[in-house]
Amino acid sequence: MQREFILSNDYIFGDALNKVLAEQPQDLINIMKKSGLRGRGGAGFPTGLKLELVSKNDFDKKYVVCNADEGEPGSFKDRELLFNHTEKFIEGMIASGYAVGSSKGFIYLRAEYKWMLKKLLKKIEQLREKSYLGKSILNKNFDFDIEIRCNAGAYICGEESSLIESMEGKRGEPRNRPPFPVEHGYVDSPTLVDNVETFANLPYIVKYGDEEFKKYGTEKSPGTKLFSISGDCLKPGIYEFELGCTLFDLLEACDATDVKAVQVGGAAGITVAPKDFNTSICYSELPPEGSIIIFNNSRNMFEVLKNFTDFFKEESCGLCTPCREGVPKIADAVDKFIRKENVPDSHIEVLMELADVMKVASKCGLGQTASNPFVYIYKNFGDSHHLS
Amino acid sequence: MQEAETNINKIVEKYNYSHIELLSILEEVVDANGYLTEEMVKDLAKQLSISANEIYAVATFYSFINIKPTGKYVIRVCKTISCQLAGKNEIIKAIEDELNIKMGATTKDKLFTLKTTDCIGMCDKGPSMLIDDEVYHSLNPEKVVSTIREYKRI
Repeated sequence: MQREFILSNDYIFGDALNKVLAEQPQDLINIMKKSGLRGRGGAGFPTGLKLELVSKNDFDKKYVVCNADEGEPGSFKDRELLFNHTEKFIEGMIASGYAVGSSKGFIYLRAEYKWMLKKLLKKIEQLREKSYLGKSILNKNFDFDIEIRCNAGAYICGEESSLIESMEGKRGEPRNRPPFPVEHGYVDSPTLVDNVETFANLPYIVKYGDEEFKKYGTEKSPGTKLFSISGDCLKPGIYEFELGCTLFDLLEACDATDVKAVQVGGAAGITVAPKDFNTSICYSELPPEGSIIIFNNSRNMFEVLKNFTDFFKEESCGLCTPCREGVPKIADAVDKFIRKENVPDSHIEVLMELADVMKVASKCGLGQTASNPFVYIYKNFGDSHHLS
Repeated sequence: MQEAETNINKIVEKYNYSHIELLSILEEVVDANGYLTEEMVKDLAKQLSISANEIYAVATFYSFINIKPTGKYVIRVCKTISCQLAGKNEIIKAIEDELNIKMGATTKDKLFTLKTTDCIGMCDKGPSMLIDDEVYHSLNPEKVVSTIREYKRI
């Protein structure tokens, strides 16, 4: 069902924060754990548990980072939250800072969203003036302030360890994990990294309670999720649905007809054919990724595949071999498809094996998913000699 | 050149000569000077007490840090899938015709550099592009030409 919680205008900044600061940090962690909220950036890690892990790390300095580096092709839901619901995710950041014992937050903003930098800075300044940021917030023994750091055009920096490297003034190459940022994050300190949408859920859960939050969605995937819908439909845009919805629900809402395929989760995601449009979108079935791109029957899936493989060719950071060498191999085959050259079945088999190797042997999410478009598009729309 | 030196001095001072702020420093240097020259890299290396090599390693990782001469305005047309479905090729053609350059080139008057870029998050309003930090969406050939003409008048 379509619902409006995160996108609702029925929201007053401070309601949640007043409640949080009147209680102990552990109380917020408890309610977040009970809510069952999972990270909305893609990985789906339980938010309450992450808060607890950072809070339990006894360290002088800890950091809260809002990952606003939404670079996945077809994803733009965070753009809406950043620009039109700024206070919601900032309130989530401040409350999280209180919960984990941090006095410093960063918004890591993608370079492509620098057009909204002034507005964000102004909002932060206004909150400082109202004493919601800065020293002794709401006259409590709690300091918290926020700084903005900008990416400079590298998709990989949306991955949390690359993001941290980038914040430290280095090449945004992913780190080996473990250790995870909750232990060794920014400047080697415990760091909470969450997506914009995850932070924006927090005020709602605090204000209305975990029981109310859990009324929506499914048992294992509670709450609502924002979807960025683009491609072949009459009403592209940002939609909020309960988890457990299906692609049929989304396609109906955005007025899409004559649909050949839907790309769920952007270039790194899954290409879904019509036979699977009734699969439930939740953490245990079709992963609830924010990016939904629709292709109608006039589209050539070769061209779609080429666009995605070219994307990864450009954005692979080149650090680990399976991704650096694997992506161009796949891209070569795709170019052959486009030129209508014969690609023998035996070569396709080798590429499928290569895709598996990339999945298991790459260090970060980019390399692990870079072969997805090839695998899913070929599986759903290819036969041994051509794609349709 | 002297102007660039003054800019750099101001920027590194603002960031307390701290190399952990290197990316922010590079972003500001590029904002102020258009692109990074070899002299600037050497100057930064000295002031931040790190090697020039390290600065290049970081600068070349990020696509918005220009290390080659660019025009006063950098146009980046989104080439990712949703903007492709929405017709980015027409937009690129219209810009190439208007500026009389090919993709990747800079105009003779050094006013514009034309590039493509990966997803800029305007997928519901494609085709789209950035000119420096400004975003333009729901483009069509007429709209993009009139936008560029406005920049020519500035």
